[in-house]
Amino acid sequence: MFEDYIFPGLIILLQSVVLLVALLIFTAFILYADRKVWAAVMSRRGPNVVGPFGLLQSFADLLKFVIKEPIIPSGSNKGIFLLAPLISSALALAGWAVIPVSEGWAIASINVGILFVFAVSSLEVYGVIMAGWASNSKYPFLGALRSAAQMVSYEVSIGFVIVTVLLCVGSLNMTDIVLSQKDGLGTHLGLTNSLLDWHWLGLFPMFVIFFISALAETNRPPFDLVEAESELVAGHMIEYSSTPYLLFMLGEYIAILLMCALTVILFLGGWLPPIDVAPLNWIPGVFWFIFKICMVFFMFAMVKTIVPRYRYDQLMRLGWKVFLPISLFMVVATASFLKFTGLA
Amino acid sequence: MLLTGLGAAFFYLFAFVAIASAVMVISARNPVHSVLYLILTFFNAAALFILTGAEFLGMILLVVYIGAVAVLFLFVVMMLDVDFASMKRGALDYAPIGAMVGIVLASELLIVLGAQFIGVGQPGSVASPTPDPLVRTNTAALGDIIYTDYVFFFQIAGLVLLVAMIGAIVLTLRPTRPGVKRQNMGQQVARKVEDSIEIVEVETGKGL
Repeated sequence: MFEDYIFPGLIILLQSVVLLVALLIFTAFILYADRKVWAAVMSRRGPNVVGPFGLLQSFADLLKFVIKEPIIPSGSNKGIFLLAPLISSALALAGWAVIPVSEGWAIASINVGILFVFAVSSLEVYGVIMAGWASNSKYPFLGALRSAAQMVSYEVSIGFVIVTVLLCVGSLNMTDIVLSQKDGLGTHLGLTNSLLDWHWLGLFPMFVIFFISALAETNRPPFDLVEAESELVAGHMIEYSSTPYLLFMLGEYIAILLMCALTVILFLGGWLPPIDVAPLNWIPGVFWFIFKICMVFFMFAMVKTIVPRYRYDQLMRLGWKVFLPISLFMVVATASFLKFTGLA
Repeated sequence: MLLTGLGAAFFYLFAFVAIASAVMVISARNPVHSVLYLILTFFNAAALFILTGAEFLGMILLVVYIGAVAVLFLFVVMMLDVDFASMKRGALDYAPIGAMVGIVLASELLIVLGAQFIGVGQPGSVASPTPDPLVRTNTAALGDIIYTDYVFFFQIAGLVLLVAMIGAIVLTLRPTRPGVKRQNMGQQVARKVEDSIEIVEVETGKGL
């Protein structure tokens, strides 16, 4: 009994707690980095008061949210109103269970890892819809419909991008996806196990589509029509305050990090060093993984500062009339290429 | 596959929650709550699939049914302002029909399950026996039969769905009324600075 169930269960629990704590602390600093990058581009200072260089700003914000009074509208559907932020943050965290941070460093290395992440990110839409409906007000409801349609639309192209990568890999396991990037285009060019081997080069159009779809899927600018604060108020989160709002924000940022991690695993070689030479491959894989996530997040943050917001019809057009045909064509093209060259 | 120990405990947990939430689907007062319970039922069904080793089916159930179909359900139910209380008043009159459908479904399910044990004329189970999950993963094993033995059925299913999709799109098409201004994306994208801005040197005190 103890050997078979309790001991492995405890280990999984411990691993999950360690990952959770690390992830939450990382998220706090990513939030700070986001604001700093945004401020730097605008020639502002950004958060600089709490702690050295304002490093503790996110923790101060956390404290502020927690000690505020949670206001629940009297006409709202109380149970669902409180369940919605829990769902959106819990689901975002659940996706991390299958992410391999380094070789063998995954809480669950399951056969259908990538499908699990895809499923979890497609479930995140429920937090939005439930919040919008339970608030019992027209503004959150319309905001929820708007962002739900957006998230559902861009899942389609994300799905096709994942399919093209899977065609090249031949496995749905996250670790296999990373390890398959040890050998690719770069090896044919004579640079074995380097950054030229990673999928971003061979599948460059899909890399671009995935990056843009990830922005739209996580409601990041320029697709932040959910909470375009200047014209559309705060979307589904209007009625939320205090800790429930904090959970929404947390869920949003963890989902963004999940998408960054997915980009790194699918296209940027996961924990593999950029070039397999002496000083670089001594560094542990987890460092490379976090470094790459930070780089992808930096791109997310730069897009937020540089690109103006899309109009809603432009957003829908981009998803359905541009990305869907291109990604569908690329699935066929990749499959044909692999079939006729005999690489698969 | 026989479940023992912790697996069995989880089976009973998921099965119980699935049945309880299925009951709540038909007994909940608020239609939105019904749909949310339906989603919980789907979720537990997916968990049961994964527990019995069919992880691919479980994940597809999550992605397709919960991630897409149930979202549309929820949309429709939220948007329609139907008085479900009055609709439910006469619901008990339909109980015999419901029971009949239930009995037919249950007996068909029993026949399908029974055929597995009798194994007479079961082309599927004979031609492609279930491979060992340790050797061939679930996803690959499904691909092995869908794209070889059953490729035409698979294609026909896809074709039926395509036709259904085209039908749905055609239903929403409206004849364009005259005098309606629409945005032409091509024109918007092709617009250049020179087309829209003119720089004029204006002499002081003269005006344009």
